[in-house]
Amino acid sequence: MIKQSPVHFHRMKDMPSTHLLGTGTPMCAGCGGLETLHTMYDILGRKTVFVNAAGCMTLLSVYPFTPFHGGWLYTSMASAPAGAQGVRDAVDILLQKKKLPVEEDVEVVVVTGDGAAYGMGMSATSGAMDRNLDFIYLCYDNEGYGNTGQQYSAATPHAALTSTSKGSHGYPGYKKDLFSIWAAHNPAYVATVIAAEPLDLAKKIEKLQTMSGPRMLISLAPCPTGWDYDPKLSVEIGRLAVQTGVWPLKEYIDGEVRHTRVAKQRKPVDEYLQLQGRFKHLFEPHRDKQGIAEIQARVDAYWDKTDAR
Amino acid sequence: MTRKLLTGNSAAAWGARLARVDYIPAFPITPQTEIIEDLAAWIDRGEMEARLVTLESEHSMITAAGAAASSGVRAFTATSSQGLLYGMEMVYTVAGWRTPFVMVNVSRGLASPITLESDHNDIMAARDSGFLQIHCATCQEIADSILIAYRLAEHPDVRMPAIVNLDGFYLSFTREPVDLANASKAQAFVGEYDPENLQFRGNSPLSQAMAVLGGGPYSYFRYEAHLAVQRALTVYEEISDEFDDIFGRRYDMIDCYHMDDAEYVFVMLGSFSTKARDAVDNLRAAGWKAGLLRPRLFRPFPQQRIRQLLQGRRAVGIIDQNISMGMGGVLHSEFATALYGLKDAPLLGSYIGGLGGRDINQREFFAIADELKQAYDSGESLPPRLLYTQNELTEMRKLQAIARAEHAEIHQT
Repeated sequence: MIKQSPVHFHRMKDMPSTHLLGTGTPMCAGCGGLETLHTMYDILGRKTVFVNAAGCMTLLSVYPFTPFHGGWLYTSMASAPAGAQGVRDAVDILLQKKKLPVEEDVEVVVVTGDGAAYGMGMSATSGAMDRNLDFIYLCYDNEGYGNTGQQYSAATPHAALTSTSKGSHGYPGYKKDLFSIWAAHNPAYVATVIAAEPLDLAKKIEKLQTMSGPRMLISLAPCPTGWDYDPKLSVEIGRLAVQTGVWPLKEYIDGEVRHTRVAKQRKPVDEYLQLQGRFKHLFEPHRDKQGIAEIQARVDAYWDKTDAR
Repeated sequence: MTRKLLTGNSAAAWGARLARVDYIPAFPITPQTEIIEDLAAWIDRGEMEARLVTLESEHSMITAAGAAASSGVRAFTATSSQGLLYGMEMVYTVAGWRTPFVMVNVSRGLASPITLESDHNDIMAARDSGFLQIHCATCQEIADSILIAYRLAEHPDVRMPAIVNLDGFYLSFTREPVDLANASKAQAFVGEYDPENLQFRGNSPLSQAMAVLGGGPYSYFRYEAHLAVQRALTVYEEISDEFDDIFGRRYDMIDCYHMDDAEYVFVMLGSFSTKARDAVDNLRAAGWKAGLLRPRLFRPFPQQRIRQLLQGRRAVGIIDQNISMGMGGVLHSEFATALYGLKDAPLLGSYIGGLGGRDINQREFFAIADELKQAYDSGESLPPRLLYTQNELTEMRKLQAIARAEHAEIHQT
């Protein structure tokens, strides 16, 4: 893919004012994943082929409708990066043989949920990075198998209630550090993003457009149905995820991790947790001081050991 | 044409080379690996213009093959056994994409117990996927079938992926003289890949493999694929005629040996059928009217042709190199289905043999022929047989005795 000359995103008014992705998709109201996809598609433009793994977004294209102006290929739950490999290699072969004009080149973007990215699709993703595949990967991470009713996944945070962790303490495990796992492959780019911080998101997409090789994004995707909150709170919850330090915004380039948003004063995690039904048991009927303190301590420990400040 | 001594695997690699494939997603597995090694060596030496990429699994490999064929290039891949099963989700999936490409399967028995040697349970697992299936008995046939398979898969009336099957060890590692088609003649025969509407392009919308809601659209697409596979029967005849005209080698959808006057017929797939061919010669020398029927095209299944060929025969011994647990031989079931209700249909006998590379010896073929004749003479139906000799059982008992002794020893200490 010939890299585009970047548009510079300094202020909100630099953001695209209209969406490229069509309306009327069956995504839930307040879907944090769809918001990220909107921003990403608006910036990447029409010459994008999305390669999808089984998840909520699979329902974006249901015959005979599609919200995309460019390509869409559904693969399976485990092998979307391999689908991207096939498309990228084929397009490169056609370009090389001059069977495809350069202006018809495409940007190949894998779109999967956390179920595929953190689990079943991890080996295919690792392989794509080993092979230095020139592609973008967007993981919309709603911290559970959302499309099947929010069972816990390897991305589920500690203590969250899910439909397979309904006990009084919620999910006993801890969210897997996919950012570090991806970064350990030394791809061109890894970043965490969130739609509620659109400028940070836009700048990162702008940056990765100038690069080639594997460019990996994990977007925390606030999920009204899975996290049990009113859809109108999606942006607020997303901002709080960043402001409390629960979802650090960062990027990895050339062996270095840099935090792109560092709060001078982090808000207490309570503010993020208490808006979500999945953490209600931490606040009702009694405040679970120990449980909340443990979550706060893990967030504090993360930030204490980063030298970002 | 050049005549070379080639293994089945090398013949498969030559088939892909002569078909001028653009793209080879690969993954090693015994006994298929030599195919991708040959192709990789040619590409490295600049003798072949293609891109080979080793994926991290067969599941990804088949995904990449389908995705590349969907993006406008001619793709080739190869696997065996556990690899085919590991990729099975994608075997079914890419068939639904209606993407023509060719995959070679080098048949090998399935775990458990794990083995490296040949039988057909792997390829039978792909039976209902939509992939066309051509089964080979010689190394010559492998190279030629790959050229034919591309034509068939890419034909506008078909547009389905195809598997060319060969037996592990018996063909994969056995050298036979192979007439390699002249490169330009092969190119003229196979032609350019026309991806039709399957091309991802900047600025042109294309959605592939999207979801459907409800049984109506789902059934429509599934029926369409089934009918496309069935159309491959007619198309196959045209293509095999054309191949014969150009290269002087004939590949009918069913290979017949001494079938003109045969009263007793063996049915087998793949290279083990050469053992049955020997048996036919030996039986004929002993005064039998014996014959062999070997389907080359297994999907689509040539039902009408089978009915024509078997009507009026006395009895047919179907030797399956596979086993459907709780049912028996897959080929036997398919032949029984094909012949059901046919006037003057022959008696059918089911024999399972050749599992995990187990030999089928000439005495067994004679025993089968005897049993078929007795059944015909007495009018009694034939019980299904699992081929196993007394000697094999004795050897197995020895192994079991060792296992028991080892077990006892461990528990004593």
